[in-house]
Amino acid sequence: MAKAALMDFDKALELYEPVLGFEVHVELNTETKMFSAAANPANEKNHGATPNTLVAPVDMGLPGSLPVVNETAVRYSISLGLALGCQIAPSSRFARKNYFYPDLGKNYQISQYDEPIAFEGQVEVELEGGDIVTVPIERAHMEEDAGKLTHVGGSTGRIQGAEYSLVDYNRAGVPLVEIVTKPIFGAEHRAPELAAAYVRAIRDIVIGLGISEARMERGNLRCDANVSIRPRGQEKLGTRTETKNVNSMRSVERAVRYEIQRQAAILSAGGTITQETRHWHEDTGTTSPGRPKSDADDYRYFPEPDLLPVAPSVELIESLRAALPEPPAVRRRRLNAEWGFADIDFQGVVNAGLLNEVEATVAAGAAPAAARKWWMSEISRIANAEGVEPSSLVSPASVAALQQLVDNGTLTDKLARQVLEGVIAGEGTPQEVVDARGLAVVSDDGALIAAIDEALAAQPDVLEKIRDGKVQAAGAVIGAVMKAMKGQADAARVRELVLERAAG
Amino acid sequence: MSEITPELVRHLGVLARIQLDDGEVERLTGQLSAIVDNIAKVSEVATPDVPATSHPIALENVFRPDVVGEMLTIAQVLQNAPDATEDRFKVTAILGEEQ
Amino acid sequence: MSDIIRLTAAELSAKLASGEVSSVEATRAHLDRIAAVDGDVHAFLHVSDHALDVAADIDRRRADGERLGELAGVPLAVKDVLVTTDMPSTSGSRILEGFLSPYDATPVARSRAAGLVPLGKTNMDEFAMGSSTEHSAYGPTHNPWDLDRIPGGSGGGSAAAVAAFEAPLALGSDTGGSIRQPAHVTGTVGVKPTYGGVSRYGSIALASSLDQVGPVARTVLDAALLHDVIGGHDPHDATSLEQDWPSFAAAAREGANGQALKGLRVGVIRELPDTGFQTGVAESFRASLALLEAQGAEIVEISAPHFEYGVAAYYLILPAEASSNLAKFDSVRFGLRVDVPGGTVEDVMARSRDVGFGDEVKRRIILGTYALSAGYYDAYYGSAQKVRTLIQRDFDNAFAEVDVIATPSAPTTAFRLGEQLDDPLQMYLNDVTTIPVNLAGVPGISIPSGLAAEDGLPVGIQFIAPAREDARLYRVGAALEALLVDSWGGPLLDRAPVLGANGGAR
Repeated sequence: MAKAALMDFDKALELYEPVLGFEVHVELNTETKMFSAAANPANEKNHGATPNTLVAPVDMGLPGSLPVVNETAVRYSISLGLALGCQIAPSSRFARKNYFYPDLGKNYQISQYDEPIAFEGQVEVELEGGDIVTVPIERAHMEEDAGKLTHVGGSTGRIQGAEYSLVDYNRAGVPLVEIVTKPIFGAEHRAPELAAAYVRAIRDIVIGLGISEARMERGNLRCDANVSIRPRGQEKLGTRTETKNVNSMRSVERAVRYEIQRQAAILSAGGTITQETRHWHEDTGTTSPGRPKSDADDYRYFPEPDLLPVAPSVELIESLRAALPEPPAVRRRRLNAEWGFADIDFQGVVNAGLLNEVEATVAAGAAPAAARKWWMSEISRIANAEGVEPSSLVSPASVAALQQLVDNGTLTDKLARQVLEGVIAGEGTPQEVVDARGLAVVSDDGALIAAIDEALAAQPDVLEKIRDGKVQAAGAVIGAVMKAMKGQADAARVRELVLERAAG
Repeated sequence: MSEITPELVRHLGVLARIQLDDGEVERLTGQLSAIVDNIAKVSEVATPDVPATSHPIALENVFRPDVVGEMLTIAQVLQNAPDATEDRFKVTAILGEEQ
Repeated sequence: MSDIIRLTAAELSAKLASGEVSSVEATRAHLDRIAAVDGDVHAFLHVSDHALDVAADIDRRRADGERLGELAGVPLAVKDVLVTTDMPSTSGSRILEGFLSPYDATPVARSRAAGLVPLGKTNMDEFAMGSSTEHSAYGPTHNPWDLDRIPGGSGGGSAAAVAAFEAPLALGSDTGGSIRQPAHVTGTVGVKPTYGGVSRYGSIALASSLDQVGPVARTVLDAALLHDVIGGHDPHDATSLEQDWPSFAAAAREGANGQALKGLRVGVIRELPDTGFQTGVAESFRASLALLEAQGAEIVEISAPHFEYGVAAYYLILPAEASSNLAKFDSVRFGLRVDVPGGTVEDVMARSRDVGFGDEVKRRIILGTYALSAGYYDAYYGSAQKVRTLIQRDFDNAFAEVDVIATPSAPTTAFRLGEQLDDPLQMYLNDVTTIPVNLAGVPGISIPSGLAAEDGLPVGIQFIAPAREDARLYRVGAALEALLVDSWGGPLLDRAPVLGANGGAR
């Protein structure tokens, strides 16, 4: 297939205005599935289960089986709706979305249609550099996930060319919340960036709520990106495409960028955009049309007769609202203000994913700047070298204790780094490592003076030079003393003592 | 009011995944037309002021606790499978796209 | 031995408790009866090969001094719409031939737990769609009163099994009359509980908002005993009611003692005039009403102006829900798979469903798909759900004035096999008195009221009560039954023709 023509991105933005929309599916990490008491594979503890071992009768559509709603999944959905700034419906119903596909146990999906549990909200998305975009949320509703298909026999593992397919119903029935945005205007050049930032914002929210593992690579968080463009000045919205199979935030960004460029090229050549579902290809960085849906989108929705309406009380909603954690964006702003870092430094911490660690270290008593310094330089350096997460090396409490030893003069920075290595190696707490390795700075002036005397004996003219005004001559003595003390001396104190000596 | 045509019946057959032969299409077109005419009378009384009843007995908030219960074994899951391999159901090549 | 099969479940249970008869003897007697007559009746699709083992186990436990329920050791026939782990469940369809469920339907599980002995699975219209059992993919069941006639439907197998003394009790399901109408044409008793009164878990779904599982028996007390076993809340069924049900057997016994009818207000629906019924059916109905009046009941004419829309609404709601419920039969996880060489899975699905489903099922699926289609929802399914509201209001208004409503259970006695097959519309009208009951979710019972003069075939009278007042039906039903049986000098079924090759089954 010929590669699609792309217009240069900046040129495309000159001529056209991009409009975005997102449908994000969040797999909840409840103990059990949405409509059955089978163990939930989207819960970390059940990851990697053998196919077809997490299946209850209703998950595979056995004759006579019936769904029953998971109470916790409903609470999680309400909490998510509240965190998205949505109104919670006083009464909402489930509906059947009817279509045939081998990964559906019943050949209908139980979802919500015209009565979603949450609607009309907004999410503040922060872009790099601090700009805030408010993304309007249309609705969030509850539904169930489908099973997993494995296509065998083709060259790419995709449907095309496959000889046969295998079906695993473990995932069938996993609780999903689908979050749908309203059309997003005004992102302009930053549209691709906004896409990734939006997904990250949703991810932060669900992780902050503790309702999803939110690992995109495991499908816990899935994003379909809707992209349309319209000529500058035109009021009518362009035809939009929906791109699926974007499995990382970076892919979302790339896919949005690609679609803008692809659509711009088509329109500029006088063509029209086909409204279709497209498939993102990570390897080639392109989208291709999906197969046409033979059902022509007639899902024949009707209220699910096997389930009753969900009518959360005002008390329940308010108690869930009161239990909401601080929104991630608000928390970031607060911490940034409290710590007083330069924006670029704060953003560095956020980008490195070390916000929680720095916060915890500050909470344990360290100054923010010191906490940042430890996590961003020394600990990250070691983590990268060993190929592990920084947070797995040492606890924030230990880092704070370490800094405390520097603050009270027990250690110099250089010595502290040695102690850190000891803590990481599992030798004990910072104090224990100091004691075991004898790394404390020597604070006894007598010992220092003795060392100074020795050094002066080897360099007798230093005192003379100092008296003559060449204070920097002290450096040689300081250096010799530090070496003799194996670094376990406070260089500033040594200098003081040397100068005292020179003064008489 | 009857708008049942053979084309519509064929389309409905596709939606319902039932492969109807020509004879079936013809028969169904005739029968459905008669039935539809008869049942169209419900719209006579189904005025906008009348609410719909989807459940005969009005209940709400029926839930179960989030506690793992009994699940089927793989053997049970597959015990009626027309074709299965590697612990999974086997089907021939799929035409349509995932939704 | 042959006398055992003539016993009611209550009588058999007393003999089992006293030790006069063992469950093995009772079970064997019924299995022998099945062997003798089911070649003609064809009530059973499958007969259990281990019923005697189950019976022996009950006998052993009883001998050990274990306290057993009242129905322990009594044989039971199970409509093939209910899934069972030890016998195939086909729902009368080829598409489920040989299907073995890994779990038991809740009513079946509760029956087993109560010590009932499942004898086998009974015949039915395919996926419970029909009122004659002629739409079974495995051949029709024959009415024990006249083997050339229909036993009713969709639960003709369960009713015929009980009427032919092949089982004292049976489980059935009722979506628009599938328990009550067969009871009417076979001279037996059938009850559709309040919607949600009995769990639907394991009942292969037809129309989820209309289906209910209920008891089939020869007497009101027997039906009540079985209802007590199977009813009650089930966490597996979200639509099942969390209700403390009174004992229906107690209500039936109370009713039989004679005081239940004094001052009872019985509603008769103006919009269902006698002219809409076969002469003998209307006559039998009126005769029963006269009996009630003579005992102090008051007959009150009531209006149910929206009942005439009931059949139309039903034939929109049912196909719509059924078209969705039957989508799961797609050859992937279970059921018939017809290979299509070189075909996609979509081709295999479509071919398998065309081959596996019968004509009536296909008709209703297509109709239901239409009723839910984009652009037609409001005019069809949506409108039908509004008629439902109107019919519920009709019932609410009626029950403000009366305690129960009485109707004939069906317009005609048993028609001949093949007579209505070519006219689906005609077939649909068999349920005109039973359908509104399902639409409203209220309970209904059919008990034998006599034989039609012109053809000597059974007629049933239906009583309807407000939602959750199932006990009232057993009380009133048992009271009228006592009067009728007394007037007949014995149960109506005593007059049924003799079945069996050697004619000695009497």
